[in-house]
Amino acid sequence: MPVSSDAVWSARDTTPDAIEAALRELLTARHAENGGYAPARVLNMIVFVDHAWSGEIANRLRGVGRYHASRLVVLSYEPSRRRIDARATVASEGDPGPGELSLLRETVIVEIGDPHLDDLLTIADPLVVSDLLTLLWSPHGHHHALGELLPLAQAVLVDSVDEPDAREAIARAQALARDAYVVDLAWLRSTPWRERLASTFDPPPMRRQLRTLTSLSIRHHPDSAIAAMLLIGWLASRLGWELSPLVAHHGVLSGKAHGRRQDIALHLVPSPEQQVRGLAGLELETASGLHLRLDRGPGGLHARRRWSTTGSAGGGADRSRGQEQEWTMLGASRGEAGILGEGIRQALLRDPTYAPALAAAEQIVP
Amino acid sequence: MSAVEQTLDNPLTTGLERLPVAPTALVIFGATGDLARRKLLPALYNLAHEGALPEHFRLVGVSRKDKEHDDYREECRQAIRSFSRRTPDEEVLEGLLAHVKYVPGTFDDPSVYEELGQLLDRFDDAVGDPLSRAFYLSTAPAFFPVIVEALGQQGLNRREQADVRVIIEKPFGTSLAEATELNRRVLEVFDESQVFRIDHYLGKETVQNMLAFRFANGMFEPLWNRNYIDNVQITAAEDIGIGSRAGYYDHSGALRDLIQNHMLQLLCHVAMEPPVNFTAEEVRNEKVKVLQAIHAPTAEDVRQMAVRAQYGPGHAGGEDVVGYLEEEGVAEGSITETFAALRLEVDNWRWAGVPFYLRAGKRLARKITEIAITLKPVPHLAFSAEGSLGIRPNQLILTLQPNEGVSLQLGAKIPGTRMIIRPVNMEFLYGTSFLSQSPEAYERLITDAMRGDPTLFTRNDEVEAQWEICDPIVSTWASTPGPLSQYEAGSQGPAEAVGILCEGHRWRAI
Repeated sequence: MPVSSDAVWSARDTTPDAIEAALRELLTARHAENGGYAPARVLNMIVFVDHAWSGEIANRLRGVGRYHASRLVVLSYEPSRRRIDARATVASEGDPGPGELSLLRETVIVEIGDPHLDDLLTIADPLVVSDLLTLLWSPHGHHHALGELLPLAQAVLVDSVDEPDAREAIARAQALARDAYVVDLAWLRSTPWRERLASTFDPPPMRRQLRTLTSLSIRHHPDSAIAAMLLIGWLASRLGWELSPLVAHHGVLSGKAHGRRQDIALHLVPSPEQQVRGLAGLELETASGLHLRLDRGPGGLHARRRWSTTGSAGGGADRSRGQEQEWTMLGASRGEAGILGEGIRQALLRDPTYAPALAAAEQIVP
Repeated sequence: MSAVEQTLDNPLTTGLERLPVAPTALVIFGATGDLARRKLLPALYNLAHEGALPEHFRLVGVSRKDKEHDDYREECRQAIRSFSRRTPDEEVLEGLLAHVKYVPGTFDDPSVYEELGQLLDRFDDAVGDPLSRAFYLSTAPAFFPVIVEALGQQGLNRREQADVRVIIEKPFGTSLAEATELNRRVLEVFDESQVFRIDHYLGKETVQNMLAFRFANGMFEPLWNRNYIDNVQITAAEDIGIGSRAGYYDHSGALRDLIQNHMLQLLCHVAMEPPVNFTAEEVRNEKVKVLQAIHAPTAEDVRQMAVRAQYGPGHAGGEDVVGYLEEEGVAEGSITETFAALRLEVDNWRWAGVPFYLRAGKRLARKITEIAITLKPVPHLAFSAEGSLGIRPNQLILTLQPNEGVSLQLGAKIPGTRMIIRPVNMEFLYGTSFLSQSPEAYERLITDAMRGDPTLFTRNDEVEAQWEICDPIVSTWASTPGPLSQYEAGSQGPAEAVGILCEGHRWRAI
């Protein structure tokens, strides 16, 4: 297990140019120390964070492991602060042996205050590595700061479940998407569910079943209704459903989607037992008698499938009518650190299905 | 199934990084062997961890040793804990092992296949639909035809409403005659579309990157031909000896172990024309064209274009090490080569006259796999008067391991008042530019085989074309008495290797 080693520089009442020069010197010194040290050059990440929460955010970012940005610039905001203080760290994965390579990752924490809010662009710009993609993240809101820094970014990290209001969350993500690629952690939490639905309906006889869905019920963490809406939005955009706003009744959101052949009953049910953000389970039914239930569980998603005793779907479906099958679709939980790391990795990719899913989800917001 | 059903696309797969894999039962023959323990089982665990296995997945181990299902599960558990690239999640591990079964018996025993067939049928019944079958032959090569024919005799080579595939490990024959005969016997039982011949180099990200490097960047293609390229050197050097593999290696040697398969694949990746698209057939067609453009050498040619040698005693890693003939398990007076170097020519419009040098060896100065492309020198050295000492033709070096990257050697002026040029390196290291950890080659290959994508597997005509080139060398060497020339362990290899180079060429330092 390699032991990481850090080179550190810090200064009070400093400037972005001085910080950037210090970073260059740190990198040169580390390379001179051992030619096997090579700076990672994947992406920049700028994080705007409340000073009081900077430790918690730093811990979250440390947890992403190999998905750490090559250069992380943390703008730590404390309203009363008048001057800029900074600390730069160039950390290695370990000491490289002969012929080995050890990546260097740079972290800069810049302490700023109210007087700097209108100059965020000129503070951050000299600190990012040119020609690398820059990912922007403001985990505590601060939409003004996000707007100031947006011209510097090609991708923005958001977590739609952080927004208390689903309509605002969707509007926010859509507004950001006009200027940058949006990576939504709420969307990434649904990836295993989307993969498993795609897999379940992949055998050719099952693809036909997709057109005959009659009901879909999604259980979610009480704060994660938006994640369930995004999943419905995804299905709607992929299957050509027409949507209308859901209606709240005793905490459950219900409504109908209009498919090409029939309506699909929709239900979003909060699941108070669910400890972590995201989805807890889903159930769906088709006109030909398929009933499928997926539940989050240890070691993966637990699946239960039953075909009703009437109707015909062809193939194995007809042989197993009336029987319930259970199995686990294996997959390890990624945890919140894993989701955040995945969010950083996704900044370098492009998922063409998120924007249509977001647009469709907008139509079901009550 | 109707034609409409067969062609109906799955609209849910758009945008997904991991595409669905049909429910599959994977049967590993040679389930207790080294490859299964070190590579296959850890690869399967990692696929399970990432949620990349099919939603219904069953694993069956077949081997001679008599043991219960639980005993085999425990062996799998230990192998995964020891060799997985990540610490196993206990829930996922136990979920995977819950669907593992074991069938004991010899590979020529029909009752083994009968029991296997019954087991697979029970899987189908439990799932409610027939599972695809993937038979992985991780055994000694002598058993490949035995297993394939037994599968055919038991009717396990076909299954209605499901795909059946056979995955065959290397080596695919030890000569052209053996490879041709093995192809014939395999293709009597399976269609070519069902056969997946492993060359695990093709599963490496580094090798796949070569195609991206060549065909996703416009700047190289204008130079990528005989007009600008002087020679190509492909090196696969190891600093280690044969370790405990004497039993295998002494019957194989460097030519069969590395050059006939892996290094010829690298040569193909360098020399192939851009395929029309990246479908399996188009990519493999282009590779076969390259192999067919390399003339099989005559016995006389072999003496001019091929060199072999064995490592003698020396120093490696700061320790004294014994020579090949003193290694445990090596036959007395063995003439198996631990170093082989070839000069090949690709006789086509693009490459005529450009030598391709290949060398592979054990107990060399260090571990490195690289492709060095040397460009022709500039036509006029304008800086010669002011001391161009050290100026060299440009070299483009693709390093596959240990530090994957691309390096371009350029001439640059040394700072000072005089115009003195020396070579400098412009380096790009893949490790610095990507966040993701490369999956093990076997993770990719097992997934592709289960999905029926043969792009990264060797086609029958490809493997025979590889043997067409190497077979005359193998037979010439086999008929030439030893002892072989020796090179000092930890060195650059035998001095004789220089003899196959064209005038003005030299080997790159290892």
